[in-house]
Amino acid sequence: MSQEMIRVENLGKTFTLHLRGGIALPVLRDTSLSVAAGECVTLHGPSGAGKSTLLRSIYGNYRPQQGRILITHDGHPTDIVGAIPRVVLDIRRRTLGYVTQFLRVIPRVGTLDIVAEPLLARGAPAEHARTRAAELLSRLQIPEKMWNLPPATFSGGEQQRINIARGFCADYPILLLDEPTASLDDRNRKIVIELVDDARRRGTAIVAIVHDADTRAAITTRLLPMEAVGVAA
Amino acid sequence: MIEMPLLSVESLNKTFGRQVACRDVSFELWPGEVLGIVGESGSGKSTLLNAIAGRLSVDSGKVLYRTATGQITDLISASDAQRRHLMRTEWGFVQQHARDGLRMGFSAGANIGERLMAIGQKHYGNLRDTALDWMQAVEISPERIDDLPRTFSGGMQQRLQIARNLVTHPRIVLMDEPTGGLDVSVQARLLDLLRRLVQEHNVAVIVVTHDLGVARLLAHRLMVMRRGEVVEAGLTDQLLDDPQHAYTQLLVSSVLSV
Repeated sequence: MSQEMIRVENLGKTFTLHLRGGIALPVLRDTSLSVAAGECVTLHGPSGAGKSTLLRSIYGNYRPQQGRILITHDGHPTDIVGAIPRVVLDIRRRTLGYVTQFLRVIPRVGTLDIVAEPLLARGAPAEHARTRAAELLSRLQIPEKMWNLPPATFSGGEQQRINIARGFCADYPILLLDEPTASLDDRNRKIVIELVDDARRRGTAIVAIVHDADTRAAITTRLLPMEAVGVAA
Repeated sequence: MIEMPLLSVESLNKTFGRQVACRDVSFELWPGEVLGIVGESGSGKSTLLNAIAGRLSVDSGKVLYRTATGQITDLISASDAQRRHLMRTEWGFVQQHARDGLRMGFSAGANIGERLMAIGQKHYGNLRDTALDWMQAVEISPERIDDLPRTFSGGMQQRLQIARNLVTHPRIVLMDEPTGGLDVSVQARLLDLLRRLVQEHNVAVIVVTHDLGVARLLAHRLMVMRRGEVVEAGLTDQLLDDPQHAYTQLLVSSVLSV
């Protein structure tokens, strides 16, 4: 059996909106999940079921109040819930990649450098990182004449593809995908599906949120059904 | 990972009369880490920065710094001479207003060279070469090396102040609103430059800012201050995307988009 890469145990997350009279919104309750290397688990459920909250919690972006999330980092399970910032950042640098449809643009940094950065941060030689970044940009059909420009003025679809290239560049052992193919045309969607599949076959553990049924069917090895948490009686 | 913090601030307290500026502030800073201190005006963030740098006496608390030679020194109880020496060699301080951090009556080159001379470098040719390298690093034309800072734009002055601070390869740099008062386009350039220099030189930074966009771009982790107290601390994106404290939620919801 493949190595377990993510283990979510009895996760609970409630948002408290202090600016709205302290109203409490429970989003996750007793959520558990295990993902092994080479699996692509897709979170499935209606809007409001907590899919993004779960994904962001696994990334250490949201802070759940209950449960734990063990990430296999350097071969050891490390709880990312409540981990100190340096540990979360180290897990993200070397183990955990996160791809959304939104690129956070850094002023003045060129496209190729943005894509290569995660691989450089993992300690790869500059030349190798740039070669790999160029391969991904070509594969995702970003014209070479754009590679040295900062993507701030690019179209939404171009920025999204650049973000995907960035997410896949470092070959993280774990990838979290939040709607990676939203608003891409058929041709680019197919390319992303291939990228996801290649990564999975190499042993990457993947957790994804995908609304498009065809894409979901193409990449998923297992579904995790999710439902909205009712307010406790 | 290096297993020792560079700086440990322990239970720092500072009042001005009956006004509490810092109440029981404690945190650690690790090598290469960028800590942002956010909060609105009057929250005590600049006071904290000045207290850490020994520019301000405190009522109680410790600022334990691990020097380059591995000694732990409490900057609060250290002698003035000891503290001044560390500030000149291992620390940097970037002021909000460049004119407060520069010597306006000296050339750009002399401004960069001063700290090098203070640590014993005397060879004029080397000093000048280093100054030229740093002017390039902060994107100021080397032709301006003999000009006075007052002939520079605000953004250039701020970049010169950064060069002046980083030239001795300090281990910690404190920054008080480094992009405050600059045009947005000038800010973006400065931020990108800071981000790059901090990464390249692996310097630990404490940056005070009221701009959450600046905090998002520069800081690994944040402390949110209100009325002299740290109300929330954590990884930058955790704080900005999932703020827990009412005051942090208010800060985050008050900006258009970060």
